[in-house]
Amino acid sequence: MLRVENLTVKFPSRFGDVTAVEDMVMSIDVGEIHGLVGESGAGKSTVGAAIIGLLQKPGYVADGDMMLGDTDLRRLDRFEAHALRGKRISMIFQDPQTSLNPLMRIEDQLIETILAHEDISVADARTRAVDLLDEMGIENAAARMQSYPHQFSGGMRQRVVIALALCTNPELIIADEPTTALDVAVQSQVLDLIRRLADVRKVGFMLITHDIGVIAQIADTVTVMRHGKMIENGPTAQVLGQPKEDYTKQLMAAVPPLDRKIARFKVPDEDGIITPSEARGNAAEAWLMRGIKEDPIGLTLDQVNVAFPGVRTSLWKKPDPYVALRDISFDVKPGTVVGIVGESGSGKSTLAKTLTGLIKPVSGTMTMGGAPLPGGRERARNHPSRQLIQMVFQDPFSSLNSRHRIGAILAEPLWLYGLETDKDARRKLCIDMLSLVGMPPEAIDKYPHQFSGGQRQRIAVARALLARPKVLICDEPTSALDVSIQAQLLNLLKGLQAAFGLTVVFISHNLSVVRQMADDVVVLRNGKIREVGASETVYTTPTADYTKRLLALTPVMPAAWRA
Amino acid sequence: MRDFIKRYEGLYLFSRSPAVIIAAIVGLAIIIGAVFAPWIAPVNPYDLSSFSLMDGLLPPVWEEFGTERFLLGTDDQGRDMISSILYGARLSLIIGVSAMIIATVLGVGLGLAAGYFGGRFDAVVMRIADIQLALPAILTALLIDGIARGILPPEVQEDVRVAVLTIAIALSLWVNFARTARASTFVQMNKEYVQAAVMQGQHPIRVMFVHILPNILGPLLVIMTVDLASAILLEATLSFLGIGLPADSPSLGTLIRIGMQFLLSGEWWILWIPTLFLVALVVSINVVGDFLRDVFNPRLR
Repeated sequence: MLRVENLTVKFPSRFGDVTAVEDMVMSIDVGEIHGLVGESGAGKSTVGAAIIGLLQKPGYVADGDMMLGDTDLRRLDRFEAHALRGKRISMIFQDPQTSLNPLMRIEDQLIETILAHEDISVADARTRAVDLLDEMGIENAAARMQSYPHQFSGGMRQRVVIALALCTNPELIIADEPTTALDVAVQSQVLDLIRRLADVRKVGFMLITHDIGVIAQIADTVTVMRHGKMIENGPTAQVLGQPKEDYTKQLMAAVPPLDRKIARFKVPDEDGIITPSEARGNAAEAWLMRGIKEDPIGLTLDQVNVAFPGVRTSLWKKPDPYVALRDISFDVKPGTVVGIVGESGSGKSTLAKTLTGLIKPVSGTMTMGGAPLPGGRERARNHPSRQLIQMVFQDPFSSLNSRHRIGAILAEPLWLYGLETDKDARRKLCIDMLSLVGMPPEAIDKYPHQFSGGQRQRIAVARALLARPKVLICDEPTSALDVSIQAQLLNLLKGLQAAFGLTVVFISHNLSVVRQMADDVVVLRNGKIREVGASETVYTTPTADYTKRLLALTPVMPAAWRA
Repeated sequence: MRDFIKRYEGLYLFSRSPAVIIAAIVGLAIIIGAVFAPWIAPVNPYDLSSFSLMDGLLPPVWEEFGTERFLLGTDDQGRDMISSILYGARLSLIIGVSAMIIATVLGVGLGLAAGYFGGRFDAVVMRIADIQLALPAILTALLIDGIARGILPPEVQEDVRVAVLTIAIALSLWVNFARTARASTFVQMNKEYVQAAVMQGQHPIRVMFVHILPNILGPLLVIMTVDLASAILLEATLSFLGIGLPADSPSLGTLIRIGMQFLLSGEWWILWIPTLFLVALVVSINVVGDFLRDVFNPRLR
């Protein structure tokens, strides 16, 4: 149905044309789900945009053929392309928050789209809209249709977006990361819906995603892309199961499995990352050893409650507080890794902020190594835990001050805690620490924006280590990273944890990643603990229903495909 | 070449915008002229012995009766217009720049702290800012002037006129800085690097000025240029209305006020030349300020 040959997309810039996509070949049949995988910057979204004719300016299609049935997509003029969009090709975007107009009722958005392409009465369009929402699994569609987008949850909103894409019976739907913003439970519902639409309605899907698990679960065929070029394509089982190309093999090896723990991921040497050699990093290692190794320290939380002021509904009544964490009690044994998993809104990040003293719990006690750990502003600026607990944040693009050089960022803890008073010694130690986390020494005089996300996350780890901590709190440290970079960072964290006996609290929404890191696991939902236990037990024989469901819904690859 | 352009994006954009280049040259010429007025100006207009009534009301050199001794003519007292304007611009710039600096320090300090601490402190500072916004600059100037007259002995009152004017202008401008600094600080507070610094136990002063301030400089720099222009205009307005500087040490505003008397009497140059000068100065500062905003705000590019 869709046939793409030798597609080349270029973006002119002041320094000549940049080729975003080169010699792309792809075909999608009726009712086929075609996955397009690759890491960020691979040109996946550009392919989708070129097909639907929404390439961001000044990008243009330089070469190749794109045929939808008998229509040559490159020959269409502006008006024909406009008529074809929505009618024959539709699109589902990543973020259901922003792809619906917040000021229009769902009903009006659906009817508007139907009427734009078909000459039927408003009443007929409304009937069609209700039927569609029904089909998407939205209960009581006729009434729900009167609502505004913000009155729907994320998953429901994405269903509405899919209904919008479907309302003119298109032949092809381009879904650009349709489930990336969703939790696993919702993700699996949306994926089921897409599968059903492909089977029943015979719609062809182009599924763009970086998540190989999602592709493995529902795609019939797959194309692997890298740096704008097609690496490999074919049936999913063949490409992912018996990859021919090195890159695909590496990609598959970097995907963390859900059902077992890998000691060390096999990753290719990535540009800009050095392997710590014998000569470098030694001084930093010895320095760290002096402070950490002898006695690791543990954390205990007992009946911790965290609440935020609620939304005021009346001028006189005090609003009910919003309880973010309820009766949280667990132990972090010295020198071990505790994983904390949960969906968005479960209170994971609140827990991290409570531990680091950014938020004050309303009740409950926290102790560190037996000594009480005050919360929030009660924790003095010179409290020992300020140094002993360090954190690695989620977003590598905002966790480093973009106006400071790496050297200044790294030296800060050394200077602040009086660990190293001599300026030159500080600089030497920082360079050594950079080597320890796999960064070249030149990095010290650069600014954060000169590094990629993975490199910045390494720098963030180095900053945390330079405080000579005993406890490291990692809040989604890999969720902003590509899968191969994620594997590298996991390797690094595992190595450091083992070498220095760090106590680690590892927070992630990704069960497979937590599995790779954690000795013990805490499962959180809506601010309450659902299950605590050794990670082996929790993953193989979960007791709580919620854990079982979460494990069942996480997309996994068939065991036979493993490299 | 490619790296050079990427690195000095601002310079590159500058070289591509003729209007900004002209504005920068005009602005710079005026500023240099004002700064070096004592060396450039033909006579010292503050020195009563340097001019005589005999030379009064001479037109510019290209008009009939114009002489080369006074290129832009003279006023009714026989003062050389060029010298008056250069010295006047000097005073205007001194007052404008110092008022802008005081307003920046006050506004950024308060706004940053309000954004950082939030809560009650924020509410108090912002309500004070609201009250300040409701007071016209003239009223503030009169108030400060009145207080100064009340406290200070009469013999120093004339000497502190410049300081009084500067403080009055600064007080009516700091709100802009405070609001911008506060809003930008709110944005930065959610960034993880700020949380990292707070979590490490760094002193609030350090977090505010070492970590947050460099990240909000862009918008502040833009306001600084725009407010420099407003400060100069405000000074001119106040002087024009007679609240500002006296006629014997004229700023641009005072010169325009004096010129007003000759508006319909045929001696046009006494009013129009200082006015054009003021307009050129303010317009060029504003054009450069707009350009800076575009450079510092990539979203507008």
